[in-house]
Amino acid sequence: MPNFQTVVVDTDLLILGGGMAACGAAVEAAYWARKNGLKVTLVDKAAMDRSGAVAMGLSAINLYVGLKDGANSVKDYVDYVRNDLMGVTREDLVANIARHVDSSVHLFEKWGLPIWKDAEGKYVHEGRWQLMINGESYKVVVSEAAKNALLQDGVGQVFERVFIVGPLMDGDRCAGAIGFSVRENKVYVFRAKATLAAMGGAVHVFKPRSSGEGMGRAWYPPWNSGSSAYFTMRAGAEMTCQEVRFIPVRFKDAYGPVGAWFLLFKSRATNAMGGDYMVERKAELDNWLPYGRVKPIPANLRNYLGMLDVMEGKGPLFMRTEEAIQKIAAASKDDPKAYKKKMKDLESEAWEDFLDMTISQALLWAGTNVQPEEKSSEIAPAEPYFIGSHSGASGAWVSGPEDLQTGESKNDYFWGYANMSTVKGLFCAGDASGASSHKFSSGSHAEGRVAAKAAIKFIVENNSAPKVDQAAVESAIAEMLKPLETYEAHKNETTDPEVNPSYIRPRMFMFRLQKVMDEYAGGVSSQFTTNQAQLNRALELLEFLKEDSTKLAAPNLHELMRCWENIHRMWQAEAHVRTLLFREETRWPGYYFRADKPRMDEERWHVFANCRYDPVTGRWEMRTRPIHRIFA
Amino acid sequence: MPSYVNPEKCDGCKALDRTACQYICPNDLMVLDKEKMKAYNRDVSMCWECYNCVKICPNQAIEVRGYADFVPLGASATPMRSTDSIMWTVKFRNGTVKRFKFPIRTTAEGSAVPDGGFKSTDGLGTPALFTEPESLGLSEVFTLSGKETHHA
Repeated sequence: MPNFQTVVVDTDLLILGGGMAACGAAVEAAYWARKNGLKVTLVDKAAMDRSGAVAMGLSAINLYVGLKDGANSVKDYVDYVRNDLMGVTREDLVANIARHVDSSVHLFEKWGLPIWKDAEGKYVHEGRWQLMINGESYKVVVSEAAKNALLQDGVGQVFERVFIVGPLMDGDRCAGAIGFSVRENKVYVFRAKATLAAMGGAVHVFKPRSSGEGMGRAWYPPWNSGSSAYFTMRAGAEMTCQEVRFIPVRFKDAYGPVGAWFLLFKSRATNAMGGDYMVERKAELDNWLPYGRVKPIPANLRNYLGMLDVMEGKGPLFMRTEEAIQKIAAASKDDPKAYKKKMKDLESEAWEDFLDMTISQALLWAGTNVQPEEKSSEIAPAEPYFIGSHSGASGAWVSGPEDLQTGESKNDYFWGYANMSTVKGLFCAGDASGASSHKFSSGSHAEGRVAAKAAIKFIVENNSAPKVDQAAVESAIAEMLKPLETYEAHKNETTDPEVNPSYIRPRMFMFRLQKVMDEYAGGVSSQFTTNQAQLNRALELLEFLKEDSTKLAAPNLHELMRCWENIHRMWQAEAHVRTLLFREETRWPGYYFRADKPRMDEERWHVFANCRYDPVTGRWEMRTRPIHRIFA
Repeated sequence: MPSYVNPEKCDGCKALDRTACQYICPNDLMVLDKEKMKAYNRDVSMCWECYNCVKICPNQAIEVRGYADFVPLGASATPMRSTDSIMWTVKFRNGTVKRFKFPIRTTAEGSAVPDGGFKSTDGLGTPALFTEPESLGLSEVFTLSGKETHHA
């Protein structure tokens, strides 16, 4: 095994991740750090220009409240999010994001993001909360501002292509992180007074529908490998909503976005017989009251009605694109010139929607000769994802801000610093923080800013360098590099490096994890349905997998990263299964169905289901936390 | 395949200080074969088809062949990205060609000013973030105890 150089970096605030939340954290932290004479270090596993979930671009900003125009209030957004999550949300966290998000959007525009404007210069809305953008370079622009902020007069530094494996601890305080370069033989030890985790959600925990090349075409990007969840869990943080995975219904196979079609073009989705499941299955919504009657109907219930059609043999489901486009163009039917122009504009808008954020969908349309103005396209539920920033809710249980609490909520939701987890000095944002869904790209950026300002405050008020035990660091480094050592030690036992009795390569390890989750924890093959017995079987099989994780092997740095990504996924999987078991009801049909507890139990389970891995005992603790309303 | 490299056009970025596609790939897939001085995608089933390698390649040596397990052959989507816009040529399996041009940014590359020209109000103890409340377009940040938000 080659020698690794150990690089020790001492900093005040350590930002882990380079996506939207981390960029928000960087731009905010740089300002407050400069005022207080502090240093900021950001670590990204990829290149910041194109890292994270917005790496390809986006065609819309899904969260803009419009406070300055009085379009909506903070409360309006909180109501929307709470209802969409079937009543389970932290109103203080959602309100905190909602009151700041417009600021981030206005900054994006100043930095150079083109936001569509109407003839009066007002933003063009896709829906009530969504703005249309020319977002091919959304991430480029946002990361540019973050880098410019950090690199001004030496307040910060950026490490790219450094993969973070896990936390460093000083007793019950987070003291930084360790990782390695995926480009050269270097180990990094980051020692920090506060750490902000923003390393995204998790993809490929469940078996995806496509199992060949198309496996890479996950809806959320495959490089989101559960690093936030692993990091916070291993630090001993309490986690929330680990059962609330998200299953997006998207254009089938390439997972092109449906938002513009539903909201902007007002398209209908129907079954193969032309039946509108939202109309025909309306009565089903009464089984999920009070949420079945709120407007808009929660995303999981919309999913569920479509799934019922498919299970009854009425598939495939179609987005009626041709009907929608004809309907819009019909308004200018009497003026042939205006009609032609309208059709051309609509065609361009429809294609840009894909080319900005899911180019594969444009390729699939072109490969199957689809012109949306002539032909419907299939939609289908994808596979489960962990994405607390979208319609899922999984993440760490974090403190809310002090000024958005009621007398009652303050005891349960506030412990000193906004967005600090239950571990001292460990802050979370974006997919890393839970129970604050629907923040999307803009809200993740705003939440990163909230967390960064609070982290700087924490450092100012707790300005002591954490003590990091050298023996613990050395053993963590040895564990981190072990897959390289395992490969070297055993590679000559076989003529085929893929098949070796002494080790497992990360790819097969991932397939094993995905198979367990798919078949026992409500994946695609079981129509997202599970029960107590299946979940217990999943835990048994995950235990074997956990044991075998010590036999992961990697011939190079790229595969060393893959080994750790899959260990991170495995921990996300275990937290998920344990919480599915703990919550003895079905609350989010359309995301998952507990067949043995098929009804929602509002009396007993209108609470948060939280879990915590105790790093000292190695045991998991499950508990509920109350739901408080902050708006009367 | 997802992204693939045309060996006739790829020169391994030998004139640059780094291999562009390897630098940008968010999933660490593009890698330079130092013997051949050609780049390749080392794990196509982990490719998201984000096209960042295609867009950044100085020689237009990288293209995407849609996922063979669900995309019929014969289609292509080819970008030409400049400093302020992107041009797409979409070729259908049946030969139809469509072209689209979209803006990508309104400012010069590299020019993003962190505060966007908005003033900040100070104090680590207040809910106002850097650039707020001016960047919100409000006179103050919403609080529960405060009045309803109003215009600046």
